[in-house]
Amino acid sequence: MDSNPNIKTWTPATIVMVLMIIAGTAVATNRMIFGLGVTTNLNDVYPWGLWLGLDVLGGVAMAAGGFIIACAVYLFNWKKYRPIVRPAILTAFLGYLMAVVALFLDIGHPFRLWHPSIMWQYHSVMWVVAMHVIFYTTTLALEFSPMLFERLGMEKARKAVGKIMVGAVIFGVMLSTLHQSSLGAVFLIAPSKMSALWWDTKLPFHFLVSAVAMGLAMVSFETTLSQKYLGHKVDKEIITGLARGSLIVLCFYFLLKVYQLFTVASPEMAVDGSVEGNMYLLEMLIGVIIPIALLLVKKYRNSLSMIFSINIMVIVGVLLNRLNVCMFSMERYDSWRGMTYSPSWQEFVLSLGVISVGVFLYKMSAKHLPLFSH
Amino acid sequence: MTINRRDFLKYSAGTGIMLATTATTGSASMAPELSPDAVGILYDATLCIGCMSCMVNCKKANSEPGGALYHKKTAGTVPYEYVTEDKIYDAPTGLSDKTLCIIKKYRDKSPEAGKDNSSFIKQHCLHCVDPACVSVCPVGALRKQPDTGIVTYDKNKCFGCRYCQVACPFGIPAYEWEKSSPSVVKCQLCNHRYAQGGYSACCESCPTGASLFGKVSDLQEEAKRRLALKPGDTYAYPVKRIDGSEKTEQIVPEYVDHVYGLTEAGGTQYMFLAGVDFDKLGFNPNINDDAYPGFTWDYVSHVPILIGSLLVAGTVTRFVTQRLDRKNGNNDTNDKS
Repeated sequence: MDSNPNIKTWTPATIVMVLMIIAGTAVATNRMIFGLGVTTNLNDVYPWGLWLGLDVLGGVAMAAGGFIIACAVYLFNWKKYRPIVRPAILTAFLGYLMAVVALFLDIGHPFRLWHPSIMWQYHSVMWVVAMHVIFYTTTLALEFSPMLFERLGMEKARKAVGKIMVGAVIFGVMLSTLHQSSLGAVFLIAPSKMSALWWDTKLPFHFLVSAVAMGLAMVSFETTLSQKYLGHKVDKEIITGLARGSLIVLCFYFLLKVYQLFTVASPEMAVDGSVEGNMYLLEMLIGVIIPIALLLVKKYRNSLSMIFSINIMVIVGVLLNRLNVCMFSMERYDSWRGMTYSPSWQEFVLSLGVISVGVFLYKMSAKHLPLFSH
Repeated sequence: MTINRRDFLKYSAGTGIMLATTATTGSASMAPELSPDAVGILYDATLCIGCMSCMVNCKKANSEPGGALYHKKTAGTVPYEYVTEDKIYDAPTGLSDKTLCIIKKYRDKSPEAGKDNSSFIKQHCLHCVDPACVSVCPVGALRKQPDTGIVTYDKNKCFGCRYCQVACPFGIPAYEWEKSSPSVVKCQLCNHRYAQGGYSACCESCPTGASLFGKVSDLQEEAKRRLALKPGDTYAYPVKRIDGSEKTEQIVPEYVDHVYGLTEAGGTQYMFLAGVDFDKLGFNPNINDDAYPGFTWDYVSHVPILIGSLLVAGTVTRFVTQRLDRKNGNNDTNDKS
């Protein structure tokens, strides 16, 4: 098989991406040589900022599509979604690679990233998270490898992977489910810092369900984009099916959040005009309430352009949720401690660079790998 | 390709067994007891005169630059902390990577009926009986010493995730943001001096006995004894360390009837007595008596069972759907990757 001649390598979008990657690399170099203090605005009260909130928490949530579609096709045998298995797995793989890159730059000692794998601390959620990242990235590499083997004509290797594919998918679904939940569980330790609008013993479950919503939206979003720019022809049924899935998951998530709002927090907290309250309303409106309202209308549920807009809203909403949990939920405590945080330009540039790497690699895979062959 | 049921079970069972062996290590229980040899500090804010001798000597003992009464011969090479952009030296205003111990003052501007409601407060690591930071550290860099109960830090293990900063309810750990090879910085109760027969520098240098070093059990008794004293009487307060001979006779003030640290966050080895409410002295009012590691342990302890059930659920689902597929006369299995 040859590269796809219909996808041009050098388009204006690619040039922008490459420029952002170069800028990001410059910031990354600066961070590696001079440390976090020169590159970020992080401080002792805000030890986790944009890199962790957006690139790590957000990136991992975006990758959720991989395990959902793999689960739907391999475990539930919903053959309809077979054409998007490969793109979904690739997205997950790239999402995790991006998260690992961001994590590498975010931790104080990048070259000790491997420490958790030998210094076992089973009682630490962070250790559980670290192990999941290691195992799941490996599993995703395995699930991704057939595309590479097919391209390189390594028929034997492809068959060998094919034999363990189902096992890998089951293993991956388990790892992914736990990893998404564990990222929420990380914040269980901070009940005296976080606002009750987010802190709840069920936070791991909230993270899992919102990651599923994000994953479905992400897969649908990129399928639409691939159709438009990369010539990937898929049935409309797939997109509308994903939209129905989004609606169900979002409704469930909405009920969870409402239950939490009335039992753990109180509705007044959301409307008291504080930073936390406003961010909570923003997150819920953009990511949950408006998408549900639109998806409930049958006409919109079947309109590709409407679904595309809804997907963007869900993605932005869940990203906001991750940023809120990571930063804004602790606003009251942090201002009480007398510190503020707003990301530095270098943090933004690097974040954009990391995202560009993901999009660029996706495009290159679409051109050079049998990504859309089904 | 097609995959038969036996092959399939073989693969999934293999992964299941592999995980089950790693999972069993997670079943030990947490919640450590206070060791009988545990050491700590009792800080009596009513005795503190705010001389900041503890701050200076803390910096000296821990080789941290700067200090309220900086002297070239006694501290490191970089003398000052610059709080603002202009190059004017200031005393530290809070805990940082260069300040492990700080004295702050709560000032009540409108004393009722001539009563002075001001109070000093000394902030540093409280050395929790069941510390959040130790439980969250993914590499075991933060450890609670089994005998002394001191929470120590190993900078060679730390990979810099800063989860301890998020987890600590008291907001103690500081990070060396400006360094390219940074570490977490916090009070280690002068563990290095204790190992050589010494004790905490802040207590050794405290002239009034406000900071008192000793075994936690002795300090707890002493704190309760002080609360039982009658205000106005005189009492011989031990100075520096509770098992020492130095005493100072003082008139007993009116205490707030509470020993902070006896139960807070599951108990701490650094405890406080004061004449004003603790809420006014910079303690996070949301901290209650729960030991923090329990919050995440409730989740982590369920991870092994979740791993097992998810693997079983996945396998069973695949099994059932494949069977249904075959029943429907559909021989075109979808195992092609």
